[in-house]
Amino acid sequence: MVKVTIDGIEIEVEEGTTILNAARMIGGNVVPPAMCYYSSLEGSGGNCRTCLVEIAEGSTRDPRPMPKLMVSCSTQVQDGMVVKNKTSQRVHENRGAVTEFLLINHPLDCPVCDQAGECHLQDLSFDHGGAGSRFEEEKRTFEPIDIGNKIKLHMNRCILCYRCVKVAEQLTEKRVHGVLHRGEHAEISTYIQKAVESDFSGNMIDVCPVGALTDRTFRFKSRVWFLKPMNATRECKKCPGHATVWMFGEEIYRVTGRKDAYGEIERLDGKTAWICDDCRFETKDPKQWNIEGPRKINRHSVISQNHYEIPNPLKTNVKKSLK
Amino acid sequence: MIKTVITQQDRPVLSPEKMAEIQGVIQQFPEGKSKSAILRILHIVEREAGGWLSPDTMDMVAEILSIEPIEVYEVATFYTMFNLNPVGKYVLEVCQTGPCMLVGSDQTIEYIEKTLDIKVGETTADGMFTLKTSECLGACGYGPLLKCGIHYHEHLTNDSIDTLLTACRNGEVEKY
Amino acid sequence: MGRKLLLEHIDVPGIETFDVWRKHGGYLSVEKALKNMSPDDVVNEVKNSGLRGRGGAGFPTGMKWSFLAKPEGVPRYLLCNADESEPGTFKDRYLMEKLPHLLIEGMIVSSYALGANLSYIYIRGEYMWILEILEKAIAEAYAKGFLGKNILGSGFDLDLRVAPGGGAYICGEETALIESLEGKRGNPRMKPPFPAVKGLWGCPTVVNNVESLATVVPIINMGADEYVKIGTEKSAGTKLISACGNLVRPGVYEIEMGISVEEFIYGDEWCRGIANNKQIKALIPGGSSVPILPAHLITKLATGEDRLMSYESLSEGGFATGSMLGSGGFIVFDEDQSVVRNTWNFARFYAHESCGQCSPCREGTGWMQRVLHRIVNGQGNMRDIDLLADINKKIEGNTICPLGDAAAWPVAAAIRHFREEFEWYVNHPEEALKRNYGMLKNTPTTV
Ligand SMILES: Cc1cc2nc3c(=O)[nH]c(=O)nc-3n(C[C@H](O)[C@H](O)[C@H](O)COP(=O)(O)O)c2cc1C
Ligand code: SF4
Ligand code: FES
Ligand code: FES
Repeated sequence: MVKVTIDGIEIEVEEGTTILNAARMIGGNVVPPAMCYYSSLEGSGGNCRTCLVEIAEGSTRDPRPMPKLMVSCSTQVQDGMVVKNKTSQRVHENRGAVTEFLLINHPLDCPVCDQAGECHLQDLSFDHGGAGSRFEEEKRTFEPIDIGNKIKLHMNRCILCYRCVKVAEQLTEKRVHGVLHRGEHAEISTYIQKAVESDFSGNMIDVCPVGALTDRTFRFKSRVWFLKPMNATRECKKCPGHATVWMFGEEIYRVTGRKDAYGEIERLDGKTAWICDDCRFETKDPKQWNIEGPRKINRHSVISQNHYEIPNPLKTNVKKSLK
Repeated sequence: MIKTVITQQDRPVLSPEKMAEIQGVIQQFPEGKSKSAILRILHIVEREAGGWLSPDTMDMVAEILSIEPIEVYEVATFYTMFNLNPVGKYVLEVCQTGPCMLVGSDQTIEYIEKTLDIKVGETTADGMFTLKTSECLGACGYGPLLKCGIHYHEHLTNDSIDTLLTACRNGEVEKY
Repeated sequence: MGRKLLLEHIDVPGIETFDVWRKHGGYLSVEKALKNMSPDDVVNEVKNSGLRGRGGAGFPTGMKWSFLAKPEGVPRYLLCNADESEPGTFKDRYLMEKLPHLLIEGMIVSSYALGANLSYIYIRGEYMWILEILEKAIAEAYAKGFLGKNILGSGFDLDLRVAPGGGAYICGEETALIESLEGKRGNPRMKPPFPAVKGLWGCPTVVNNVESLATVVPIINMGADEYVKIGTEKSAGTKLISACGNLVRPGVYEIEMGISVEEFIYGDEWCRGIANNKQIKALIPGGSSVPILPAHLITKLATGEDRLMSYESLSEGGFATGSMLGSGGFIVFDEDQSVVRNTWNFARFYAHESCGQCSPCREGTGWMQRVLHRIVNGQGNMRDIDLLADINKKIEGNTICPLGDAAAWPVAAAIRHFREEFEWYVNHPEEALKRNYGMLKNTPTTV
C-alpha cells in the first residue's frame, strides 16, 4: 500500500493505482474530469488531457515537484506523492485551455443533440469553459453518418477519445470502424459503407462521452431529462441483462447500461456489466423487463434534477410476465 | 466540410514474383509479427495498382496479412505517401516547407501549375501528371525540389522543370 | 581543415561498396569490439566519449544504453531512426546515401553492445532509393560474414533489416516509430513505460539516430579518451550540420564542435556567406522546432562573446536570447525573407504532421496555423498576436509527445524576437500580400 495526498486529503491505495482512481476513492470534487479514460477499456486514456493534475511532490523518496502537469488517468501514484487538483491554479488554467481546445471545432449544437443533459463535455465546459469563443475561424465539419442501422455518428461532436474503437476491439469479434486520417482531419469512420454489427457494438454509445454516437432507435424521441431512468433486469443469454431503462409514462424509450457517477458501466460480480444489442435495441416492451426501481443519477447535469417514483402498475405487469 | 471521397477499383493481379517479394517482406519480421510488413506491402501494391490504393486493393492487403480491412484503412489514411484516389501516370510532389520556401518553392509550384494548367491536387486531362505539394522531403539544402517516382529532382529551375516534364512525356523517367 | 571522423572518405570513388570501404579502414571497429571488448566495455566507451544523441534531443547515448532492461529470455532491439523529417535536416540522408557501410558498421557494434540480435533501420518512405542502397550494402555485409550467425567467430549473431515509413514526421518520435514499425498508425505512446523497458513488440528497445550510431564507429576505433579531445568540453567530437536557406553554399558539413557560428556561415570551407550578396536576417540553428535567432544574436551571445557551434553555446541565454543545436538543421534567412510567413509555414507543417491523438496538439496546431494564415494574408488583428502567444503557451507541456512543444516554440520565439514584423503585417495588409512573394529569383548554388 502507498500513501498519496490529493488536495490535502490523504488516502492509502494499492501500488500501481492511478492518481485518478485514487481520487475516485476519495470522491467528491477532488476527482479530475476524465473524457477519454474508461477503466474497463484497456489502453484507454491519455488523449483528452482534461484530467491533468499538478504533482507538488513526486514521492517521499524524491519529493521534487514534477515540472509538467501530468495526466492523472495514466500516472501511477508513488508513496508520499502530493497531488493538487482543484487546489491548483495551474490545473485550473490548463484544464480551461483543454476545454477551449475541445470546443473550438465543436458545433455547440446542444439544442438538437440527444446527449444533451448527460454530456460530459457540457459538464466540463460548465466547470471550465470560458464565456465566449476566441476562435474566429471556420469550424471543421463532417456529414453525420449511420454506422450500422442502430448507431448514428455525428463526427462534428467527437472529441477523439478512442473509447468506441476500444469497445469494438475488446468487446466485439470484428472491428469495422476506427480512426482514419490524422491530425485535425482524424475521424471515426468505417471508411467505406460498412455496418457495425455485433452483439455488443451498442456499447459504443454508452462509452461515448459526448453526442457523437447516439442510439438511432431513440433519435429525437425525447430530451433525456423528461425521461425516468429505472434500474431493470432481465434474463438474457448474451449478457447479464443488467440495465437502465429510460421511461416516458409507461413506455420504454431507450435502454442503456447502468452507469456510475463517472459515466462508466457498473460492475457486476467483478465484471463490467456491458449489455448486449438485443437488450438495448430490441427489448423496449416494459413486460420484458423486471423493473427494480428508480435510478439515482448522481451527476450535476439536468437529469438528476428530476423527481420520480416507481409506477406501480408496471411492477405488477413485470411480475406477471416473469411467471 | 471534410468528406472522404472514395473511388472504387478492383485489386491488381499480383504476379508470382510480386507475391514472392511480399512474402519476403513478411519474413523480415519475427513470426506472428507480419503486420509490421504493412507499410512496405502498401508501397508495393500501390505501384502495382497504378499509383493509388482503392478499398478493394487495401482489402487484398488485409487478406495477405490476415488482419481486418479497417486496420489497413487506418494505416493507409495516416501516412501521406499513399494516394487514396486515382492519380496521373507521374505524380509530382513539390516540397513547400520553410527551407524550400526560402529558396523559391512557391514559384516552382506556380510555374508547374501554369505549365500544366492544373492546380495543386489536380491531374492533367491526359492523365499524365498529378501535382501535389508535400512537407519537408529531407533535402532542404537542394531546393526547390520535387519527388517524382522514387527519385528527387533537385535545384529546380524553370528550364529543368521543362526538361523533366518532356522526359516524362517521352517515357524516359522511371515511374516508380 | 576541420577534423573529419564520419565523412573522412566520402569522396573516395566506390566508397559505398564493401571492398572500398574495407580498404579505407571499414569494419575495423567491428573487429575490435567483437574480438577484444565485452558488450559492457563498448557501452562504457560510448559513455566515456560523452556522445550525445544526434537526433535532436541530445540525450547522452551511453546513458540511454545503460538504461536498457535486460530480462532473461526476452529479445532486445536496436532501432535506427532514419526518419529524418525535421525541416532543415538532411544530414542522415547524405550519410546513408554515400556511406551506407558506416551506418551498418555502427549498428553492428551498437547491437553487440546492447545484446540485440535483430535490428532495424526505420527509414522515411520518401527515401526509397536509399533503402535500396542500404539493402545492397547489407547484403554485402552478410556475404562477407559481418552480419548473420556467429560474426567473426565471436558467437554474436545479428540480423539487420530496413523498413520504410509511409510519410509522417511524427514517426521520428521514438515511440511513434515503434508503433509504425509494428504496422500501426504512428501515434506516440505515453511514457512511462519507456522503450528501454517496453518498446518494439513489448520488448526492451533502444532507438538511436543514424548519426549517433555512425559516430560509435570512430569512438570505438580511436577510443573515448582520444574522442573527447575533439570538440568542446560539453560537446565532444564532431557533428554533421545540414545548412540550408539563403546560403552561397548550402549542404552537409562535418564540423568540429566549437567552431564559431560566424566561421561556419562565412568561412570558405563551409557555407561561404549569404547568397546574392545579401545580409543575414535570422537563423534557426537546429531544425524547425528550435527557437529562431535574430541577426544580433547569431554570431554573438547576448553577453557579446562569440557564439559557437556547440550544444552549450547555441543554447546560451535560454529561450530569451538563445536557441538549440537540435538536429543540426541550420536554416539561414536573408534580409528579404519574411519571418511571419515562415512561421505560418512551419505552423502549417506541424498541424499537418500532428497525429491527432491528443486534443491540445490536434486542435491547437490547426488553430495557430489558421490565425497565422490570416495575418500573412492581411487579415490579422493586433489581438491575434497575443492570442497566438497564449495558444502556444497552452499547448506547450500539455501533450503526449514533444511535437506539441515543437509546434509551440517556433511561434513563441518568432513573436519574441520579431514582434514588430507581426505588427507590420497587421498594419500593412496590402503590402503584406506582396512581400516575399515572387521575390527570390535566383536559386543559390549548392555543393
Ligand atoms: C516529433 C518528433 C520528431 C522527431 N524526428 C526525429 C527524426 O526524424 N530523426 C531522429 O533521429 N530523431 C527524431 N526525433 C527524436 C527521437 O524521438 C529520439 O529522441 C531520437 O531518435 C533518439 O536518438 P538519439 O538519442 O541518437 O538522438 C524526433 C522527436 C520528435 C518529438
Ligand atoms: S502532441 Fe501531437 S503528435 Fe504528439 S501525441 Fe499529441 S497529437 Fe500526436
Ligand atoms: S482522461 Fe486522462 S487524458 Fe483523457
Ligand atoms: S524543406 Fe523542402 S526538403 Fe526540407
